[in-house]
Amino acid sequence: MSRSVIRLSWHFLVFTLVCIAAFAFGAERLVEFETEQQEIIYAQLLKDHRCLKCQNQNLADSNASIADSLRTEIYQQVIEGKSRDEISTYLVDRYGDFVLYRPPFKATTYALWIGPFVLLFIALFVGVRLARKAPNKEALPDEQALAEARSLLNEK
Amino acid sequence: MLKFLPFVVFIVLAGFLYKGLSLDPRAIPSPFVGKTAPAIQAPVLVGTGNGESFNSDSMLGKVWVLNVWASWCRECTIEHPLFVQLANSHNVPIVGLNYKDKATDANQWLRRFGDPYSNIVADPTGTVGTDWGVYAVPETFVIDKNGLVQHKVIGAISPESMQETIIPMIDSLQAEAS
Repeated sequence: MSRSVIRLSWHFLVFTLVCIAAFAFGAERLVEFETEQQEIIYAQLLKDHRCLKCQNQNLADSNASIADSLRTEIYQQVIEGKSRDEISTYLVDRYGDFVLYRPPFKATTYALWIGPFVLLFIALFVGVRLARKAPNKEALPDEQALAEARSLLNEK
Repeated sequence: MLKFLPFVVFIVLAGFLYKGLSLDPRAIPSPFVGKTAPAIQAPVLVGTGNGESFNSDSMLGKVWVLNVWASWCRECTIEHPLFVQLANSHNVPIVGLNYKDKATDANQWLRRFGDPYSNIVADPTGTVGTDWGVYAVPETFVIDKNGLVQHKVIGAISPESMQETIIPMIDSLQAEAS
């Protein structure tokens, strides 16, 4: 019994480690840059842009063929000396705002950006109203009740 | 009033979730529609045409269709008969963009399924595709006489959308003066 439990947990540990390793290595290829600045720009661009094929992964994590093409394209442009904004604009021009993990603040995204704060405000408002309205039932028991309790405790 | 607030919140939330049921997360609006199509200057697929390169400037003044396809793409075989029909029934150039494919595979595929294309651009590395914002093959663009993208379909075209959207659009665009 206990031996099978140990074996099971051992399998579980190996499985967990393999999963972690798979995540840690990601999908990025090794690339070389002339300057450290370029390397930083490249890493940031991959992190901030979405793979459109597998929509919950960024370009750094995704194995999809399109993500690989975009990584190559971004790499080329970084090497050419383009700035982070220029490359980001290039991607948005072709794939739309959807390619951005951090959507811009504009008419179509107001609800996205302001919505949570509106909800928070409503929640606070309701909370305060409810707290004020509720009678204070949980206040300390009055002196008489306390005295009764004490006498009951002292009886023993 | 306050008593009904949870109910109102529930209704609003339910409304959003209900709407979410019918939205397609893959349907991403193309930023190209209404804008100038990216220029293409690339070699044609080996074994097709006269071995020249294709220049999209030569299409100015014509309504044309760009169909992104590949021999490895299964959905392409579903929509392909529609393009073969379109090529037979309408006088509209259909340019194929052979995306991330091998020339031998592509030619074999064309022999098997038919070749409706007026020109086929070879894009083995996917650079032309990236320039057009392609991310899910097949994709189809309709370009007007002035070189503006008028329509984009991601994924296989259905017979309905071909009959009800794309063909009427081509007809009306061809009737327009450039």
